Formats: sequence, structure tokens, C-alpha cells
Amino acid sequence: MKANCWVRPNKVRVENVPDPKILNGHDAIVKVTSTAICGSDLHLLDGYVPTMQRGDILGHEFMGEVVETGPDVGKDKLRVGDRVVIPFPIACGACAACRAEMFSLCENTNPNAGLAEKLFGHPTAGIFGYSHLTGGFAGGQAEYARAPFADVNALKIESDLADEQVLFLSDILPTGYMGAEMCDIKPEDVVAVWGAGPVGQLAMDSARMLGAKQVIGIDKQPYRLRMAESAGHTTINFTDTDVRSALLELTGGRGPDKCIEAAGMESEHGSPHIQAYDRVKQAVRSETERPHALRQAITSCRNGGTVSVIGVYGGFVDKFPAGSWMNRSITLRTGQAHVQRYMKPLLRRIEKGEIDPARIITHRLPLRQAAHGYDIFKHKKDGCEKVVLKP
Amino acid sequence: MAHDKLTRTLGWTSVGLGAPLVLASGRTARVLGIEDGKRQRAVLASVGAREWLAAAGMLGQESPLWLWSRVAGDLMDLTLLGNDLAGRLPAATGAKARGKKSAGAGAGSAQGRTAAATAMVLAITAVDLYAAVSRGVRSLRNSEVSLTAAVTVTSPRQTVYERWRQLDGLPAFMAHLDDVTVTGPRTSHWRATAPFGAAVEWDAEITEDVPGERIAWRSLDPSENGTEDRIENRGRSGRSGRSGKTVRKIRNAGTVRFIPAPNGRDTEVHVTLSYALPAGKGGQAVARYFGEEPHQQLDDDLRRFKQLLETGEVVRSEGAPGGKRARGEFPQRPARPLTDKELAEVLS
Repeated sequence: MKANCWVRPNKVRVENVPDPKILNGHDAIVKVTSTAICGSDLHLLDGYVPTMQRGDILGHEFMGEVVETGPDVGKDKLRVGDRVVIPFPIACGACAACRAEMFSLCENTNPNAGLAEKLFGHPTAGIFGYSHLTGGFAGGQAEYARAPFADVNALKIESDLADEQVLFLSDILPTGYMGAEMCDIKPEDVVAVWGAGPVGQLAMDSARMLGAKQVIGIDKQPYRLRMAESAGHTTINFTDTDVRSALLELTGGRGPDKCIEAAGMESEHGSPHIQAYDRVKQAVRSETERPHALRQAITSCRNGGTVSVIGVYGGFVDKFPAGSWMNRSITLRTGQAHVQRYMKPLLRRIEKGEIDPARIITHRLPLRQAAHGYDIFKHKKDGCEKVVLKP
Repeated sequence: MAHDKLTRTLGWTSVGLGAPLVLASGRTARVLGIEDGKRQRAVLASVGAREWLAAAGMLGQESPLWLWSRVAGDLMDLTLLGNDLAGRLPAATGAKARGKKSAGAGAGSAQGRTAAATAMVLAITAVDLYAAVSRGVRSLRNSEVSLTAAVTVTSPRQTVYERWRQLDGLPAFMAHLDDVTVTGPRTSHWRATAPFGAAVEWDAEITEDVPGERIAWRSLDPSENGTEDRIENRGRSGRSGRSGKTVRKIRNAGTVRFIPAPNGRDTEVHVTLSYALPAGKGGQAVARYFGEEPHQQLDDDLRRFKQLLETGEVVRSEGAPGGKRARGEFPQRPARPLTDKELAEVLS
């Protein structure tokens, strides 16, 4: 089959690889009908996530049709022919973390838990196509994919909703939603969202859906800010506006009640010399991330407010504003999305028309053009917001 | 080591030898018939300081390294004396047995004293060498590895206990174990693979068995079961038939305790293992260099035990498809499907 593989930093290529096979009893093989490129795939592309290997198949947002099931997959749960969305974290459904619905912290699905433990202190769940730190699982930017514990993870789509309406249940919609949910939004809250990429857009929509009075999106790409505006959100362009003053002005001097950081480890700073400082430190690996958005979210948040971090971090940051965070009673909440917890309720909201995740799709490409998709997404070419690949 | 009489004696000898060299290097030089100059005093004082350092090491630390440092010092002194005897060394000499360079006395007597000093140093070198070799080997032999690890499983204690008590099921998750055969109510025969593919076998007995609470076991001494523990090199072909090569016994013992987790439903599994590797500490260091991490491996063993209890299977990814066959987590295959041939190899 054809699959999009990581070759080296800044190089991905569609290659011919063997078809996936059942490795565990609870596996299913899925014929992929739609898959997407995620912002976090760009961190892999750029080479900032350790333990990538040449030939790793990328992709953790995918859906398709079940074509084979392992011997232990309950027929009442999943059958050949079912149309399914596969969540990006692989959960076993049986451990203490899964029992507590913290699926991205599953204790059983990362065969490289020892390695993850060395970096993070405690291991996290396996993730498709997302380095060997998260298990070395082949990803879904391919014609076929193996889904472990498919009977626990796969969300069956029984309605006639189009792929594009439900594909993002695999990652970015639950991720954006969890970012908003962690804010415990109250009706009078003003919520600021750093990053107007796919996750940021869906976090903005989710914040409004959860009742926020006003939602402010912060980015530098005019087309992304326009997209947020046309969805009804307020925007700030950090390249021509001082973010802090603008936020104070929009909130009567209080600062946003809740802040969602949806930018992550490769965020940019409006001031060139600060951007250069972190860029150099990152390049020489004296910090692994450049946390501008995180710093600004913390210092901008109102006293006693909440900062919810869904932008991806992998290692260590420098100049973390601990003083601002501690002295001002800021609550910091984080996590890789516990996707399985949100899939069904969000599917119902999509069915009811409460949220339209497909609004962010700007490009539909055949799988063989994956490298082009990565290029336009990374370099913000051609107004690229979200790429869906069709195998 | 500090309780070792020979090492202690050598340590105190160094203290004694160092004292006059450091505290009265001028007088020592004169007594030894060495020219009493600034440079000579400095050399003698530094030799004395070396003696004290070695003394502190030998009396304070349990490492044969300090004995080897004495041997190295002896060789240094022998070199200086040898040069002196050959008449090539200009002025000073530093030596444990205090070589000389007599300024005014007859050349013949100076030669004789130097020869005597050399003989003395040779004798001391022999003692030091003996001590270093014997203590060194003993310390390697006595290396016993002791490991602890714990994991929490979402099953009741009795279930977890029963799974572990079924000894022939242990190889399903323990990386080193190939096979366990139950030979009696408390006895069993174990086959394992040591680092570098060496096969190890031993008989074990359960020394404590409290259902739902704990199991303790230990390997039996050859005298206790009538057969000798063996280690054999697994040759590439049947030709290299060195099987049955008898080695020192491979002692090991372990305990597993099952404790209720704070939530009252789950079970904490606490394992303590100890064993003596045939190649001792040196062997372990080499094995670690080639990716064998005993702590990591025991942690991974327990993770697989948890996987089996909670999900019924050992999780595999394309990068790590071998389950317990991977002795370490790295190197890995790329995260892409295996060919049928690769899969067959991995699972064989």
C-alpha cells in the first residue's frame, strides 16, 4: 500500500510499504477513507520531537471502513464493514487511567513506556504515527491502518454524515473542546485563544458553544484571523498590535478570564529579537521549545484566571513566568485530549448542527500529494488552514 | 574491604611510609643518602602524599582500585630505581623503599643500597599485586544484583496472586525466562537466557506461599537437588557442542508481594529479585553497554504482567512488534507494517 513516511527533518514522502497485519487480538484493520495533517505533525516534520525514525508512517487523524478484525474483537462491538473514526490516543479501556476516562494516559498501550518515563517521569498512552516515544505505531496517512484495541477505541458512524463532518472527532475537535472545557467557562467569561490554526479555531467555537460571552483569537496570519472573524470571533494580530494592551482594552483592564494556548512549542513572538532569542536556544537545543504563546497567555490572564494548554510541548522551556503564575493564583490545566471521552457527545452536537468542524478545511488532496500538503500547511501558503488527504 | 586484614595492613603501611616523606623530607633524604636539595625534597614529599592518598583510599573505600593504585606506584618506584641502578638518573629518586643518590660516600656502597632498596620494592610489589588481584576478583565474584519494582493492577489481590503463582505462565511476560516447569508442589525447573544468548537453568523452590499476599522463592544449591546448575553457550549451529559446561552456581531469589491499593480495589505488585550473574560486575557493565538494563527489564516485565491481566494481551506496535522478545526498547523497527517474512522472524 501507499503511505506517507517521515524521511528526515523537513522531508516526508509517500512510499510503498507492506499492508498492515493483525498483531494483537483486539486489532482491526481499517481501509482509510479520509485522513488529515495535524499541526502537531509539523513538529514531527520539523524534527523537534525526538525518536522519529526514517520510514515511520505519519498521521493520527483518520477514519475509514473496517476490513478485518482480530480474534478478540467482540462482534457486538465492531464488525467488518463498519464505518469508524479512530481516536489518536490508543486506549486499552481497562487500566485505571481509562477507567477514569483519562484515555491519553492509558497505562497499557505504549510498548516504549520505559523511554517515555525517562523523558516525562511517567509514561503516556500510545499514539498513531507520533514518534517512538509514544509507542512506534504506524500512522493513518496511508491506504490502510491497524487500529489496536479497536473495539474500545473506534467510534462507529451510523448516520450518513460526510467524512469531513466527523473526521476531526479523531483529534482536533475533542482537543479544541477539551481546551475550552478545562476553562470551566461561565456565562460572563471572556476567553482568549492563542493560535488560530485548526485546533485554535475549534477551541474558539467550543468556548462559544460552552457559553463564553466573548471569544478572542490571536494569530499573525491575516487569512486565519479572517476565518475566525467570519465565524463570529474577535481577533488580534500580534504582529501589528500589542497583545497585552489590546486584551486589557477588550476586557476593561481585567485581562481575559480564561486563556487557551493552542500554539505550542513552535509559537512565534511579535518582537523579532525575542523570537530570535528562543529560536537560537531551540536550534542549539538548550531549550526544546519556544514558549512565547504560553508565556503571554499566563501573563495576560486575569488574576485568579485559568490557562488551558492544548498546544503541544515535548521537552523543556526557558523563561517560564513562574512568578506571574504563582503570585496571581493562575490555574494551569493541560493534557493531550482524552478523545474517547468526547467523541460521542461531540458527534451528537455535530448531528444537531451545534458545531461545524468542516468549516476549517481549505485543502483536499490525494494522499500522493501529502508532501505538498505538509509544505503549504507549514509555510502558510495558499491560505492553508487544514488539509484533508484522500487515499 | 576495610575489614580485610591484608588491605588494612597495607593501608597503615602506606600511612607510616608517607609520614617521614611528607613531614621531614629533608631529613629523610639525608638518612637515605639522597642529596638534600629543593627538588629532591619536593619529589620525596609528593611520593609521601601519594602514599597517604592510597592509604586513605584503601582504609576508606571498598574498591580494589586503590590496591591497583599501589601496584602502579610500585612500578613507578621500580622504574626510578632501575634507572638509578643503570646510572642514568641524574639526581633525585623517589621510592617506597627510598632509593638513594649518595653525595659523598663510596660509589660501591651506594650501588649496594640501591640494589637492596630495589629488592625491597619488588617484594612489596608482589604483596600489592597479590592483594589487588585476589581482592579484585573477589569483589567481582561477590557482585549480587538486587532489583525492586512495583506496578498497580486493576484486579483483586487473589486474581493477581493466582496469575503469578501459576509459575509456567511467568515466561509469557518475563523477558529472560524461556520456560518454567513445575516439578513438585514447591519445586520447579527454570530455563532462562542470560545476556549474550547464554542459556541458564536452575531448580527453584517456593520458600513462602501466602495465598493472595506473597510468594517467595529461591534457587536450590546443587547439593540440595543433586544436579548442578549449568550455563551453556548457545552456538550458532549444533556443532559448537559445549553444552553441559558446568559453571559456578547461579544463585537467585525473589519475593512478590500483593498489597491492596489505596482505593481498595486495585492491587499493588511489589517485586524484589536478587541474583548473581556469572560474569559478575564486569559482565554486567559489558551487558549494560550492549543495552541490557536489568531495572528497565524488570519494569517492562511488570508492565507486560499488567497488560496481560488487564487486557489479556501483550501490546505490540510496528516499531516494537516483538512483545517480550525485545530485551530493550531500542533499537526499534520503523513504525510501518512488517512484511510476512519479517513478521514470521519477529514472532519465531
